[in-house]
Amino acid sequence: MKIILNLIGAFFVAILVWSFGAGAVEYLTSSHEESVEHKFHEEPLDVSFPSDGALGTFDKAQLQRGLKVFREVCAACHSLNQVAFRSLTDLGYSEDQAKTIAAEWPIETPSINPETGEAATRPSLPIDHFPAPYPNVVAARAANNNAVPPDLSLITKAREGGAPYVYSLLIGYRPVPADLPEANRPSTGLYYNPWFANLNLAMPAPLTSAGQVTYDDGTEASLPQMAKDVTAFLIWTAEPTLPARKQTGWAVILFLILATGLGYMAYRNVWIDQKH
Amino acid sequence: MSFPWAKHYEPKNPAMRWIDERLPLPRLVYSAVGAGYPVPRNLNYFWNFGVLAGVALVVQIITGVILAMHYTANIDTAFNSVEAIMRDVNSGWLMRYAHANGASFFFIVVYIHIFRGLFYGSYKAPREMIWLLGLVIFLLMMATAFMGYVLPWGQMSFWGAQVITGFFSAIPVVGEPIRQWLLGGFVPDQATLNRFFSLHYLLPFVIAGTIILHIWALHIPGSNNPTGVSVKGPQDTVPFHPYYTAKDGFGLGVFLILFSFMVFFLPNALGHADNYIAANPLSTPAHIVPEWYFWPFYAILRAFTVDLSFFGLFTIVEAKLLGVIAMFASILILFFLPWLDNSPVRSGNYRPKFKIAFIILVLDVLVLGFCGQMPAEEPWVMLSQLAAAYYFAHFLIVLPLISHFEKPLPLPGSITEAVLNKHRIKGERDALPGMGSATQPQPAE
Repeated sequence: MKIILNLIGAFFVAILVWSFGAGAVEYLTSSHEESVEHKFHEEPLDVSFPSDGALGTFDKAQLQRGLKVFREVCAACHSLNQVAFRSLTDLGYSEDQAKTIAAEWPIETPSINPETGEAATRPSLPIDHFPAPYPNVVAARAANNNAVPPDLSLITKAREGGAPYVYSLLIGYRPVPADLPEANRPSTGLYYNPWFANLNLAMPAPLTSAGQVTYDDGTEASLPQMAKDVTAFLIWTAEPTLPARKQTGWAVILFLILATGLGYMAYRNVWIDQKH
Repeated sequence: MSFPWAKHYEPKNPAMRWIDERLPLPRLVYSAVGAGYPVPRNLNYFWNFGVLAGVALVVQIITGVILAMHYTANIDTAFNSVEAIMRDVNSGWLMRYAHANGASFFFIVVYIHIFRGLFYGSYKAPREMIWLLGLVIFLLMMATAFMGYVLPWGQMSFWGAQVITGFFSAIPVVGEPIRQWLLGGFVPDQATLNRFFSLHYLLPFVIAGTIILHIWALHIPGSNNPTGVSVKGPQDTVPFHPYYTAKDGFGLGVFLILFSFMVFFLPNALGHADNYIAANPLSTPAHIVPEWYFWPFYAILRAFTVDLSFFGLFTIVEAKLLGVIAMFASILILFFLPWLDNSPVRSGNYRPKFKIAFIILVLDVLVLGFCGQMPAEEPWVMLSQLAAAYYFAHFLIVLPLISHFEKPLPLPGSITEAVLNKHRIKGERDALPGMGSATQPQPAE
């Protein structure tokens, strides 16, 4: 039986070495040009948020500003399916304020006419999730040059690079570089953005001028400020429980370090008469 | 159970006596993990990982049962139900992050446990059955983890299920019917999600049962130890409780600190961003990768790039099928390990050539893991081919040869002798009373 197993081993090794040889020949004889996407692609900008780090938590004033940017800019095309209006109390709003924000939200919640049963809309309630701008994917596609705007609830977790990537993308629109090959130039309805994987993005620059949003707290609405605030808001929508997680983490780990220290002393104590 | 000098359970109060006479469960626990189980006195920290794996399973079952109370196995609601757990269920975020990272930590401790067994020859006679049962547990874990990753019904869930069940379609003739039978359809869909949920709930209990057999088999010969020398007498052992319960308690604390650090501060570091996008059968992710604990096997799968043909005239076996066979074979050959390595010496500490091969194997598996998460591009494919070649060569060629030609170092006469020698070399002054150690203390090396 051992001989058979040796032969099986030799068989696998032989095929792998053969595959390696074939691959090596292929590799050495082919050219390795860096792809255009790779060459022009930019890494996420270095940007920090109050929620970063082991002690990070949310800056409620920033989240409120971010909500305003979302409401006036993003919400026209993007849904926020996972988030309910009632959770806006996390942002420092009272329950009444959250109720007002829901009722005054520019898009109404789908409903039915109680008399006829026909499709209708009604103002949102705190228990409702943020209503989507389009009734379905087909409508979203039709209204956006065949590209579906993604739901933003989890966007900072759903992209490699996380929040810094989202921030960079928002302010990353650039004029098309002169040396960009023709095949990689944006066609109609696409916009050049070196932070996007294939460099051409269907979303036009959402933040176009300073002061596009008027902040209630008097903060100057520069482009980076708006991008940063709305990204902070999207970190919150992706994980509203983040502050609780980090605070609990400290308590748990400090307790465990103490318990493990005691555990170590108990261990030494038990073994004191025993060489090992 | 295992040694004549093992202590027997004596109930300390009437209630326990009453129970023990009617159902000897206290006796069983006492002999299995209590003072009634004599264990070699020289176990190092690598022997903590069996208990840690058991704890990891318990963490998974507890968090998993709670998650199942809130999760819905429906393709339209699964993704949202997971998000509802994260947002609206009290401490739901903790349960889910603990469960997701718990799977990773289960694999980390099991991999260390397996490599400990490989180095110290714990698979050799008389412990072959423990090794075989351990491999069964490992296979069950992989099936459970794979199905669990499908449940959130994110992009990686869906496409991972697509790719992994696609392995079966490489089998000629019956492959595609098998794949459809497994999925309950042509692509992962409602039928797939529902059965994966059912099996994901079932298999952990099968694992628990297999662990009982694993521990039962362990109690026949007793634990191996770093010298690999069998226990010769009572002086070689200490009772499991309190000696190893105390040591395992400390090890558990360290494990929980590292685990908590990941859960509370880097909960998504071991996951994949694409799984926060709901599954979309019409949009393939740019780069489909399995969870990190499958990377080495994924690299072996993808290392086979050339069809096996009859002098280039006609194909005998396609590269894809070879890859699938090799991936399954990479685990199946471990079942033959006790008979491939014929060296009578167990511990790698006394096997100089084996030690080198073992270190190469550890690095080799790390390289395979690295290649498994890289895109299938050169030079990573070539690197994975060399690494996969060594993996098979190690178990099927190198180990059998080493066991023939290697000259092992002299073994200590007993565990106690090895322990006392270690202390003598360390320059400790106090030898055990009654051991007749008259040697002079020597300076530390």
